[in-house]
Amino acid sequence: MNEIACRADPDAAVTRGPNDYKSDVKPVWCPGCGDFGVVNALAKAMARMALDPKDVAVVSGIGCSSRIPAYMSSYGFHGVHGRALAAGTGLKVARPDLTVIVTGGDGDGYSIGGNHFLHACRRNVDMTYIVMDNHVYGMTKGQASPTTEPDWDSKLSPDGTGLREFQPLVVALATGANFIARGFTGDPNGLAALIEQAVRNPGFSFLEVLSPCVTFRPEQKEWKKMVRPDEFSPTADVPRAARRLLRDTGFDLGVLYAGERPPYAPRGPRAVRAPADLEARFVL
Amino acid sequence: MSAHTRARTAHSKLPRTVAEFMAYAYSMEVEASERYAELAEQMSAHNNREVAELFAKLSRIEGKHRDQIAARMGWTSPPDVEVFRWTTPEGPETTDYGELHYLMQPHHALRLAEHNEQQAVEFFERFAAARVPAAVQAAAREMAEEEREHVRLIREWLARVPPLEPGWDEDPDPPAGAD
Repeated sequence: MNEIACRADPDAAVTRGPNDYKSDVKPVWCPGCGDFGVVNALAKAMARMALDPKDVAVVSGIGCSSRIPAYMSSYGFHGVHGRALAAGTGLKVARPDLTVIVTGGDGDGYSIGGNHFLHACRRNVDMTYIVMDNHVYGMTKGQASPTTEPDWDSKLSPDGTGLREFQPLVVALATGANFIARGFTGDPNGLAALIEQAVRNPGFSFLEVLSPCVTFRPEQKEWKKMVRPDEFSPTADVPRAARRLLRDTGFDLGVLYAGERPPYAPRGPRAVRAPADLEARFVL
Repeated sequence: MSAHTRARTAHSKLPRTVAEFMAYAYSMEVEASERYAELAEQMSAHNNREVAELFAKLSRIEGKHRDQIAARMGWTSPPDVEVFRWTTPEGPETTDYGELHYLMQPHHALRLAEHNEQQAVEFFERFAAARVPAAVQAAAREMAEEEREHVRLIREWLARVPPLEPGWDEDPDPPAGAD
């Protein structure tokens, strides 16, 4: 359970500040990128929870935002495209003592990894999923992603895709995520508080983070004027959260839903005296 | 570059003692110094050496302000300040990550610094006018005066750097070019 991994150790001799959670690898993101705010917030949240970096694993897929594991001093795993949640799930089930934080972007998480997203919500394994949503595939030079607005006109999708956007919070709520929130990279301190709540909440926590791409979506610099901090009021009531989403502007921030569903816990191994006993269980 | 439009910065709790007030000031300088250092690294990663050096210098200056506050208060270790304290996104002197551009010029960087120092003036002026003990008000007035001096110094510095060149953000090989 995360409560154990996050507990501050009163006997610990080491007091870590946010910078202790950052590695010596310097980010190569474009100056102005929102993802810098996530590294900042994640480090602050880890310091706030007094986590030992050796007890934390940051797992990612592919994309600009998926570089994050390299920038943190904790353990990290830079996996394959769209499969970050699969890797994170396996890790958490095998090592429940670890605090597992999965990171990625909207393309990685909602398109290539969309199926994993649904089932990670459903399974409710005790881990946190941070999606840096910039409504574009930045690393591959600006293709429309699942959350791109239908009328976003670009060289790669002239006149827009005409496709309705994917609704991550709606999907997360419908498929069983136990914690759902939205943050903004322009508010690293507020985002750190949301990350802390997400990690501390048992089960699968989903945190959608609006993270502007200044290179391919420079108009997103206006997001800081559009976000509505603390607009959501946390509830453990799914129908109430669903009704609230009906009037979501896409820029409403805060905790939408904090549920109490017990996290998935694998049953302990049965006592097996010999390989033959195990084989017998699988005989058709 | 878009105009810097950060909201007014305030603190969630009014200080009751000069030490508490100076801890806020200290925290503001720490945050500003660390952010400038980060921005220097970002610029360095994109080979914008001139602005990288400028941000690094600004980081050192804010670090000196931090040390001056500690020396003035006789602190041998950092004061106990919480991580999440500002009621607005970040501290008054902290540059928003979103304000950067990989081709930005020293002029841009100094404009950001000027804005930050001006925000610091307003931040301290609000404490000076707030319902806090007289000693805290006096310390706030003094800090506001110091920040006004920083604004003046930054403006002098701005006058020494070349003005913005037209087309400063034109890149013959832009990253956004989709071939």
